[in-house]
Amino acid sequence: MSGLQIDKLSMRFDLPNGSSVQALKDVSLDLKAGELLSVLGPSGCGKTTLLNIVAGFLAPTAGTITLNGHKVTGPAAERGMVFQQGALFEWMSVRENVGFGPSMKGMPKAEKAKIVDHLLDVVGLQDFKEKAVYELSGGMQQRVALARCLANEPDVILMDEPLGALDALTREKMQGLVLKLWKETGKTIILITHSVEEALLLGERLIVMAPRPGRIHTEYRLPFAEMGVGQDLREVKKHPKFGETREEILGMIWDMEEEIMGRTEDA
Amino acid sequence: MALLGDLWGEFWAVLTTLFAAAPYIIGYILIILLMMVIWNGVKRLLTPKHDYSSLKTVTFGDESAVTSNTVASVVSIVLIFVLWGAFTGSKLLPGFMHAPGPFQGEGSFEYTITTPAGDSDTATVSVVVHPTGEDVAAPEVAPGDGIAKNDAIAIPVYRSELLRVDSNDEMGRDEETFITAVDGQAIAPGGSVDVSFGRVAMSDKGTLNIIPATGMQMEPIWLPSPEAVWSRLGDIATVGYRNSTLAEHLGYSLFRVIVGFLLGALVGIPLGYAMGLSNWFRGWFDPIVEFMRPVPPLALIPLVIIWAGIGEVGKIILLFLAALWIMAIAARSGVSGVRISKVHAAYSLGASKWQIMRYVIIPNSLPEIFTGARVAMGVCWGTVVAAELVAAEKGAGMMIMVASKFQSTDIVLMGIILIGIIGFSIDMLMRQAEKWLVPWKGKG
Ligand SMILES: Nc1ncnc2c1ncn2[C@@H]1O[C@H](COP(=O)(O)OP(=O)(O)OP(=O)(O)O)[C@@H](O)[C@H]1O
Ligand SMILES: [Mg+2]
Repeated sequence: MSGLQIDKLSMRFDLPNGSSVQALKDVSLDLKAGELLSVLGPSGCGKTTLLNIVAGFLAPTAGTITLNGHKVTGPAAERGMVFQQGALFEWMSVRENVGFGPSMKGMPKAEKAKIVDHLLDVVGLQDFKEKAVYELSGGMQQRVALARCLANEPDVILMDEPLGALDALTREKMQGLVLKLWKETGKTIILITHSVEEALLLGERLIVMAPRPGRIHTEYRLPFAEMGVGQDLREVKKHPKFGETREEILGMIWDMEEEIMGRTEDA
Repeated sequence: MALLGDLWGEFWAVLTTLFAAAPYIIGYILIILLMMVIWNGVKRLLTPKHDYSSLKTVTFGDESAVTSNTVASVVSIVLIFVLWGAFTGSKLLPGFMHAPGPFQGEGSFEYTITTPAGDSDTATVSVVVHPTGEDVAAPEVAPGDGIAKNDAIAIPVYRSELLRVDSNDEMGRDEETFITAVDGQAIAPGGSVDVSFGRVAMSDKGTLNIIPATGMQMEPIWLPSPEAVWSRLGDIATVGYRNSTLAEHLGYSLFRVIVGFLLGALVGIPLGYAMGLSNWFRGWFDPIVEFMRPVPPLALIPLVIIWAGIGEVGKIILLFLAALWIMAIAARSGVSGVRISKVHAAYSLGASKWQIMRYVIIPNSLPEIFTGARVAMGVCWGTVVAAELVAAEKGAGMMIMVASKFQSTDIVLMGIILIGIIGFSIDMLMRQAEKWLVPWKGKG
């Protein structure tokens, strides 16, 4: 039993005023080791909630998560997380941030230094090793976050809009980097994004979630991630099927948003 | 209703004082504005080149375009000393910059007595106004002829003196002979006449009150000159005051502050952490901390004196209490202020609870704790001075309080300046320490 199984996951938040929100209902997914899943959906459909449960920060009201055969009950080093922003430790240098996971495990200094150096080479930040993280640009900070996550050798990498705060150009470069790392390391990755293009480009599999209650609406298997490895991502976007799928998904999310708007206007 | 009336009276007194001070305040502002105009003119002549802010078209309302003008700061400080010197007749300033001083030296006036028979005679009063503290005898004068005899008197500067000029005359009050004029101008009880060196007034009983002009300068017992304060600083630094040297007074004050603050931090920071991390501790201490925080430490002085006396223990307990709540609240908000994504990130990088504490929560809370420490040091410094004013054997506050009882204004001023300098230095040191130790402050 390898891979990540999400089985009939439900999550209900009870609000202080007595009402409750069904953030997720019966979400099931089976991810094989090394798959890259992108998750799309209108705001508030439970994407972050799903990721937080997989990471172990939240306990679901029903359902189970199984990773490599054992049940997930809390956060652990096997499931790394890359946040949208602001999760780096600003009191540590770039080197110390990347080496955080190994340090926690008590890895010997020399071995740790080797890992850190290697990863800083991979993300192209060797020259910024001793800088404070707040001296870096947003894109550089996200590369540090990625390297920090990888240094810990997790089985699964969870990303909640990791590129959301970046400008279009930096974002495109980072997408290439994510693809490259995914291919090189063979990690299982769940990537939440608001950009349909990004989801199509990076996701080998893609789910579109629907809100109220949060559930999986449609699932796709996509060829673009494979095509994109080592290639100019702009070429991939020119593929006729790319545009077609993008329009289809945009329409789907648009309809959901319409429906939410309509419902709130009625209320 | 009576209270309202009283308060209105007090308010009116405040207003009249303000009105009396208004010319001086306006004068001060005008000098500063004049300096500004002069400096802007000089600057335009000196620097034809542009800096970045002069490239901006919008500077009014742009907060970043406003920086503290160093020249204005220098002018501000220099002006304070110049005004201080001018109104105290300081020797550091050339004489023409002095405000009009009090009359000193020799002067005289004539008075005229009139007998019941209608005869009158005139005599001269010689007046010597001499510096305070010098023992100057009245000059010898010949009595002269006629029924009124000449007089002489020596008066210390800034004082006025009643003189029975008629006591040596051949006919006095008992003979129904009264003074009717001074320097040829008629005078009656309650009236006064301006004379060359000041004023001569007549009391209700008919005695002359000789009032040499005091000018616009401040008397040293109200405001000593800068050099007097400086030389007093030298005295007290070497000889000491009230059995202790200056270093001892200040050293004791600082010692109390540092020990009290350290104890407060030592207890307050862990307490704050506990409150930030445990519901039970939060519930336990919230009411206490929230109540104690708004109580000014000064209000605790009487209680601490009752319980612990006026020795070191009482002072340190007071400062401990002053620092404790500030540090506890700073540590608490430092802990609660940690971004949950950082904690989550650390957990999913495999950190244990203890490691989260050590590598995430503590460093994340340090900037808040430093801010708290700066506030606490400031409050402690203020509190120790106040506590020493109330009761102490040694200390900066005790020094100025005792000096004030003896009207030693120079010591009081010197003490206030030193207290200010030390308070300022403490704040600067804390800021520097903050820059070195928590450079990530505000960068999260
Ligand atoms: N701690 C919480 N307490 C109460 N309700 C919550 C909580 N967290 C999430 N929710 C609710 O659950 C629903 C799903 O939230 P979630 O953050 O997972 O959405 P999302 O898909 O990540 O949205 P976005 O795309 O805007 O990030 C929302 O309706 C939200 O209001
Ligand atoms: Mg979200």
